[in-house]
Amino acid sequence: MIEINNLHKSYKMGANSLHVLKGLNFSIKEGELVAIMGSSGSGKSTLLNILGMLDEADSGEYTLDGVPIKNLNETKAAKYRNKFLGFIFQSFNLINYKSAMENVALPLYYQKVPRKQREEKAIKYLSQVGLKEWAHHLPNELSGGQKQRVAIARAMAAEPKVLLADEPTGALDSKTSYEVMDLIQKINDDGNTILVVTHEEDIAHMCKRIVHLKDGVIVEDKKVDQVRASQYV
Amino acid sequence: MFSRDIWKEIFETIQKNKLRTFLSGFTVALGILIFVVLFGFGNGLINTFNEFFSNDATNVFMVFRGRTTMPYKGYKANRTVEFDNSDLEDVEKNFPLFLEYLSPRITRQDTVSYKNESNSYSNWGVGPAHQYAEMNIIMKGRYINVMDIKNKTKNAVIGRLVEQDLFGSKNAVGKYIDVGGSSFKVIGVFQDDGGDNEERNIFVPYTTMQLIEKNTDKIDAMVIGFKPEIGYAGAMAFEKSLDKFIREKKYIHPQDRNGIFIRNVADQLRQNQQFARVLQIIVGFVAFGTIIAGIIGISNIMVFVVKERTKELGIRKALGATPKSVIGTILLESVFITTVSGFIGMLLGVGILSSMGERLEDFFITNPYIDMPMAIIATVVLIIFGGIAGYVPARRAARIKPIVALRDE
Repeated sequence: MIEINNLHKSYKMGANSLHVLKGLNFSIKEGELVAIMGSSGSGKSTLLNILGMLDEADSGEYTLDGVPIKNLNETKAAKYRNKFLGFIFQSFNLINYKSAMENVALPLYYQKVPRKQREEKAIKYLSQVGLKEWAHHLPNELSGGQKQRVAIARAMAAEPKVLLADEPTGALDSKTSYEVMDLIQKINDDGNTILVVTHEEDIAHMCKRIVHLKDGVIVEDKKVDQVRASQYV
Repeated sequence: MFSRDIWKEIFETIQKNKLRTFLSGFTVALGILIFVVLFGFGNGLINTFNEFFSNDATNVFMVFRGRTTMPYKGYKANRTVEFDNSDLEDVEKNFPLFLEYLSPRITRQDTVSYKNESNSYSNWGVGPAHQYAEMNIIMKGRYINVMDIKNKTKNAVIGRLVEQDLFGSKNAVGKYIDVGGSSFKVIGVFQDDGGDNEERNIFVPYTTMQLIEKNTDKIDAMVIGFKPEIGYAGAMAFEKSLDKFIREKKYIHPQDRNGIFIRNVADQLRQNQQFARVLQIIVGFVAFGTIIAGIIGISNIMVFVVKERTKELGIRKALGATPKSVIGTILLESVFITTVSGFIGMLLGVGILSSMGERLEDFFITNPYIDMPMAIIATVVLIIFGGIAGYVPARRAARIKPIVALRDE
């Protein structure tokens, strides 16, 4: 599903250049649930942003579902993001003046799905994350866990090839974190490919594979026995 | 661009960001409103100026006499200049090329009474041509004619309001009124656009008035109508030679400003029209400034709006919004708000102008108005510039990488 080859990225900070990713190689198959771990500054968020086409690599190859991702202009990137990817952010990034349902329906709006179908689909995904009753509430009427579940529903709504989660539990307490992870595991059980960036060991072990990043290189890439989050809920 | 979905999205955004919408709308509406009102007032000023002169003919000189202030040719200063009937004949004889008509004027204030009603009115001794200079319109009966002058008849023409005062609703023509102790027959009633004062005049043959006043031949002023075809330059030349002619005849120093005085209506009209035009340019300049201020206002708000929405736009882009759709939404939103509030402001302004009507006449603003095309052009200009003002920050926002926008807290 995802292939990356010799990926480099550096940031210019005034006169200095900060080499963040130093030639990464790895691949993710369909249906995997991968945790990318590393301390802050290890380059894990940069990697996720490049995978998410929110940022561009300096050099190297990136293939997503057989499509080479390169020379993207903004319009093309937007179309690929909409078609291939679903994002889950640490700070949820819901639009605060739109209701939960409208937030979930937004990616479908950009897919030019008719309004009625959008709303039906949004309700369907909201009930999948257990928030059907909250469909018409604004984000600030929801708890942190609920907000993240709305964000997950939104990421799912476009039926993307890959879900990218950047510290999805970073702003949540551990009980809510496990609930969110439980949801992510269930979505993965349905066959969806998911990438989770985290720095928490227990969250990482709820995935099926852990990729360790340190100073811009992969130091470890191992399969793990998945810890089911449901036992903590 | 015009799909229902996009509009629904825009209406939702507008509805849920009322303060923002109100602020930008208010700026635009206020700008247009002030523009329309100011421009209308400018037009009102011009109306006033035009109205001052529309009730008298403009091809007229009034020659008034005064008191000399300079000694000249053996005559001392401080001598009262007098006009008499021979001056009329001399003017008529010497300026046949310029002259269209000529009338003397003797101005008196007399008590006029009919039965029990009595009042004080301006009573002017005039010739038949005076009617053209004052642009009096005869409602019934007739004006003073040549036979009245020749026979020194005791006939009078009275203003509409004089008839109303003395006769109420009855017809005055054919009745006899007492004017300063003499009995006159009313032969006509006139009206005048110049307002109430001008309709409280009565006119009698100047020869009759001279007869009553001990058979004198003195007159107070000469009203001279010149041929309109001599044009402005011709009128100026006529005025100059007329001035010279009278000064020579009456021994008045050429530089003496007080001996005689010629009031040139055409020249005054021209000067006043120029003054009004300058005023309108100033008013127009201020109004134009208001539009500029409105454009700057809407630009500022658009910059602020885009800044405020940076994160939202980042989220939208992460979810698949193309730069085009980002710019399109912001632009359509801003153009929609400016259009609606622009036209609200315009209609309000036009409404204010038409409700003013007569109320500002004390401030020299008569019937203020703005032509609809002008108002619409100003509104459209503001909308276009509002759009451009929105486009620049929108394009910048569309170019921001979503990752940068998302980091924006």
